[in-house]
Amino acid sequence: MLRIENLEKQYKTGDHALKNVNLVVPKGQVMALIGPSGAGKSTLIRCVNRLVEPTSGRIFLGDLELAHLGSTELRRARTRMGMIFQEYALVERLSVMENVLSGRLGYVGFWRSFFRKFPQSDIDEAFNLLERVGLEHMADKRADELSGGQRQRVGICRALIQNPDLLLVDEPTASLDPKTSRQIMRLICELCDERQLAAIINIHDVLLAQMFARRIVGLQLGSIVYDGPPENLNPEVLTQIYGEEDWEATIEKVKEEDEELDTAALLNIAKVSPPS
Amino acid sequence: MSQGAAIRRWKRPPFIKNPTLRWGLWVGAAIYLALAFGTMEIDWNRVAEGLTRGERFLMAFFPPDFSSRWDSIQDGILESLWMTITSTVIGIILSVPVGLGAARNLAYRPVYLFCRGILAVSRTFPEIILAIFFVKLFGFGPFAGFLALSVGTIGFYGKLLAEDIEDMDPVQAEAIKSVGAGWLQWLNYSVQPQVMPRMIGLGIYRLDINFRESAVVGIVGGGGIGATLLTSFDRYEFDSAAAILLVIISIVMVMEYSSGYIRRWVQ
Amino acid sequence: MPVREIADKKVWQRRTTRAQFGTWFGWLLGVAIFVYCWRLISDKTIWFFVADAPKQAADMAQRMVPPKWSYMEVLWAPVWDTVNIATLGTMIAIVIAVPVAFCAARNTTPSVHFVRPVALFIIVSSRSINSLIWALMLVTLIGPGVLAGVIAIGLRSIGFCAKLLYEAIEEIDQSQVEAVIATGAARSQQLSFGIVPQIMPAFAGISVFRWDINIRESTVLGLVGAGGIGLQLDASISTLAWTQVSLILLVILATVIVSEWVSAHIRHAII
Repeated sequence: MLRIENLEKQYKTGDHALKNVNLVVPKGQVMALIGPSGAGKSTLIRCVNRLVEPTSGRIFLGDLELAHLGSTELRRARTRMGMIFQEYALVERLSVMENVLSGRLGYVGFWRSFFRKFPQSDIDEAFNLLERVGLEHMADKRADELSGGQRQRVGICRALIQNPDLLLVDEPTASLDPKTSRQIMRLICELCDERQLAAIINIHDVLLAQMFARRIVGLQLGSIVYDGPPENLNPEVLTQIYGEEDWEATIEKVKEEDEELDTAALLNIAKVSPPS
Repeated sequence: MSQGAAIRRWKRPPFIKNPTLRWGLWVGAAIYLALAFGTMEIDWNRVAEGLTRGERFLMAFFPPDFSSRWDSIQDGILESLWMTITSTVIGIILSVPVGLGAARNLAYRPVYLFCRGILAVSRTFPEIILAIFFVKLFGFGPFAGFLALSVGTIGFYGKLLAEDIEDMDPVQAEAIKSVGAGWLQWLNYSVQPQVMPRMIGLGIYRLDINFRESAVVGIVGGGGIGATLLTSFDRYEFDSAAAILLVIISIVMVMEYSSGYIRRWVQ
Repeated sequence: MPVREIADKKVWQRRTTRAQFGTWFGWLLGVAIFVYCWRLISDKTIWFFVADAPKQAADMAQRMVPPKWSYMEVLWAPVWDTVNIATLGTMIAIVIAVPVAFCAARNTTPSVHFVRPVALFIIVSSRSINSLIWALMLVTLIGPGVLAGVIAIGLRSIGFCAKLLYEAIEEIDQSQVEAVIATGAARSQQLSFGIVPQIMPAFAGISVFRWDINIRESTVLGLVGAGGIGLQLDASISTLAWTQVSLILLVILATVIVSEWVSAHIRHAII
């Protein structure tokens, strides 16, 4: 689905954020991108939808080359990539419904969006998504009245209503408490499964990454230093990514927490419903 | 062990640490004040004469004379109000594109500099100087005052709008961009909701300022209540002047209270 | 609620139908008021002059260049006066505004029922009258000259400074004051140790800010005879000496820019 070739990014300040990154994410795969702060995780996913302009290299979404698109084609391409942000990035003074519908902006004309006259099919889909994440009763609340976890679910709805092929997820749990973090991660992974979406999830919490992703890519100083299944993450690899630290505890804990997780799953409020 | 050395004195450290600079500033200020007062030519006899007149003026407020010039007061006030409303509306409408262009995070560099230039020029000159020139160009009457106030509004509102846009949360804006929204949609969905409440408040505030200013552009022939006020002062009709001042103050107070109310409601 | 169900489908609108009508009606009313006001202004305008204005403006601009630089000799004194009017006026205003502000602030006023309304009244009446009108009054009373200008600027600025200052006083952190009270301090000590340090930056900022505004305002006071560069502007315009007018405008521009620069630097140094 997504293929990145020789991607380089050097900021004007001289920071060499990405060095010769090559990556392929097939359809339906959820990939977690881990690494310390400043490793270039955020830059990488922002280069994909060109909120950050890559310096060189090529990015393919399906067969479409993204790095050199003109502004109209770029807009069209962006509709195919949903993005979920760290601090939710909801427009706080718009209602939940308006925020969700803003995901359709690439599909409707200016005047329709200006008068909030979205097609009924978009509105049906918005209600479906809100129901799916358990927020349908909040549709007309203003976004700044919501709690962190609720906001992030609205952010997920906004990304999914774009009907994307690819999800770019930037630190979805950074501002959430541990329990909500897991719920959000689980929700994202389930939705990707249901819709067979490819996803790149930036996350600095190694435990969460191991729990939910089937593939982990470790980034260090702009280069990929690990690419493989979560089980193979051993202290050596983590040291390579993050530097010297006692990693045994982290890996031990994963096994214990897996059991906890099963009980947590029973309490989960976002009920899993098979896609119709 | 000598006890003498153990006495430790404490004094609050001065605000300016460098003593030369500190004393220099004091001396400089003193010299400046001496010079300023020295060059001020004051005719004390005239001032003394003024005091008795001042008494008459104060007495004129008890009671003010609304009736004898009521027609021209009414005309002037209404004209001021029309000018206030039209100039605020037109000024704000025109300042939106200028303000968008003057926001560093929105506009390309040449556009930014051009719009900042417009704002700087329209903000430098007080409305009253603008009014003088517009009266020369367009003739006496409210149109000149309307234009002067509109230009003033552009400078004020455009600058604040630009600053507000520069201060907005870039992540919310980025999020809307990432869904593939067009430029106008992006403005409508991410910029507008963020700046709107404050801008409505500022618009009402500007309405308030424009009314106050509309009371003075008449002094140079720009229409409104100012002309009436000038005439009554020139003729030493203090009781009419008092009436006009009271009308102005009460309208300003009504506006201020209602604007505070509206601002709270918008939030 | 904007969400309705029609034939099993949820329909969403931004507003309820009623709110939608309300909004449209509001816009209609607004436009109607604007058009009405515009008609009244338009009735009092001679459109022939307006149509002629671009030509006039070009003509005027042509007569303005080049500025008569030699006239600068005459202008130094008025510029000095203008700066003095602003500076002295601001000083007077501050001296009066401080006690007024303390009387107007809810947490420091001696009496909420008697002193506070008086202080608020002083603030409102000072603020609602433009400095040019104050100058007009004072010129009639004490005669033309710089003194009238200084007092006019002072009177106008009292309200402004006092309002911002009393808002700053009301927003102070009360726990710091409580800590000072807890040491058994007298009222005046509470003031100087608990409140004054907290409002000092705001106070300095307000003074400099107002001084900056006052420079701008004092450039026009001369139009009604209250001294400063406005006198020369008025005289030059009425004698149609356009090359002098352009020089005066440049001088005003320069003064305002310099004052803005100075105030920005002082504020930066203080805060």
